[in-house]
Amino acid sequence: MKRYTEDHEWIDLAGDIATVGITAHAQEQLGDITFVELPEVGRTLAKGDAFAVVESVKAASDVYAPLDGEVTEVNAALDENPQLVNEAAEEGGWFAKIKLSDAAAVDALMDKAAYDAFLAKS
Amino acid sequence: MGSEHTDSGDGALRRTPLYDLHKASGARMVPFAGYEMPIQYTGIIAEHTATRTSAGLFDVSHMGQADVSGPGAAEWLERITPGNITGLKDEIARYTVVTNENGGVVDDLIITRLGDGFRLVVNGARRDAVAAHIEKHTASGVSVDFLDRALIALQGPQAEAVLAPHVAADLAALTFMTAVQTEAFGVPALVSRCGYTGEDGFELSLPPEVAPAAWAALAADPRVTEVGLGARDTLRLEAGLCLYGQDLAEDISPVEAGIVFAIGKRRRAEGGFIGAEPILAELEDGPARQRVGLTVEGRVPVRAGAALYQSEHTAGIVTSGGVGPTVGAPIAVGLVLSACAEIGTKLEADVRGKRIGVTVAALPFVQPNVKRKGLL
Repeated sequence: MKRYTEDHEWIDLAGDIATVGITAHAQEQLGDITFVELPEVGRTLAKGDAFAVVESVKAASDVYAPLDGEVTEVNAALDENPQLVNEAAEEGGWFAKIKLSDAAAVDALMDKAAYDAFLAKS
Repeated sequence: MGSEHTDSGDGALRRTPLYDLHKASGARMVPFAGYEMPIQYTGIIAEHTATRTSAGLFDVSHMGQADVSGPGAAEWLERITPGNITGLKDEIARYTVVTNENGGVVDDLIITRLGDGFRLVVNGARRDAVAAHIEKHTASGVSVDFLDRALIALQGPQAEAVLAPHVAADLAALTFMTAVQTEAFGVPALVSRCGYTGEDGFELSLPPEVAPAAWAALAADPRVTEVGLGARDTLRLEAGLCLYGQDLAEDISPVEAGIVFAIGKRRRAEGGFIGAEPILAELEDGPARQRVGLTVEGRVPVRAGAALYQSEHTAGIVTSGGVGPTVGAPIAVGLVLSACAEIGTKLEADVRGKRIGVTVAALPFVQPNVKRKGLL
């Protein structure tokens, strides 16, 4: 099941590997995305670290690590086609796979219903 | 995700007469110059491209419009600007700057002569600063009245064809930087062949109550795309045009900004405007720093505020930067030491602690497509 953060990242957990990206709402707010700077594989992340940068036509925005872990893979398709984030933010437009230090920590994040309620409030 | 930075003042935001239409079109609204303004409708790249290839429709009603009248109005305008205003013919528009005592720029503006008086269009975010400057340098007999009028821009190669049926005057007879007082959308209006996109196009100054119907009629044309502030910024950046608050400021002179054409030839000889001494000295000796275009290596945009280096030495600062949708690559404009300003000079920009190679390049990045006199 997907989980969401208040910083508009999503996480999809399989075993202890989390696929991470930005939400459909986030890409819509950013507009046309022209470049995504991804982290190096092997980088250790602490929750809250800026691990990627999304460049849209108008601005650069940091993307924060939703939980502690190590980057095991990045989405090379974004290099050639950063617009994938606009087209499919929560599918093909994923950013990185992170091996979580504590997979159970995912449970503290919002589920879809809670995230939708969070968006409606903000 | 980090939040974006938009300047939102504490005061209540104003709305232009077109606010409801923007909302109905699904525009994303942001605080800008004290107004809630559309930053984009469908997307910046699509809106930018539509303006370059067909016609883009812009609400620029946040800009300040003022009438200057009274005996001595032209002479007074030549005190607060270095433009050739006394020599300005009727219904001709001119780009110039309001200068301060240090030779910096209070605002850049368009002045159009309308009979005995003048129409000024100033930046929305600078309206109060200009008003305060005017108050300080007032002249007896000259009055400056800020107007409650909408301003709509239609820009792009199809602009004339789209607008012509709605305007009584013959638009084909208007060339770049000329204006006509005519009837548009059934009411008296000022139509100017100018804009800030590098494309051919028009600005229409209309009474606020007429603006929504005019906008709706233009937006309904299949050749027209509604365009927000996002694409307005990428268009003017590609066209090499200055944005006040970034490329122009109280501590940047028009000589440094590379807009010496805003200083009339006669004015360079005669002076007599506020800040003339430092500006004329800079024209004579050359400025210490200059605004230059920058092409960027790779695909990471270099944005305003990035420091520029030549090896380990500070070379200047990026004043505007982003992605040029028509250019198809990151582009930037910077203020650099004159020793680093020659075209082809290799510099480096600091982007989040990494050095990115940039090269000084000629401005504009996209050649203007305006209708100049004598070119047809």
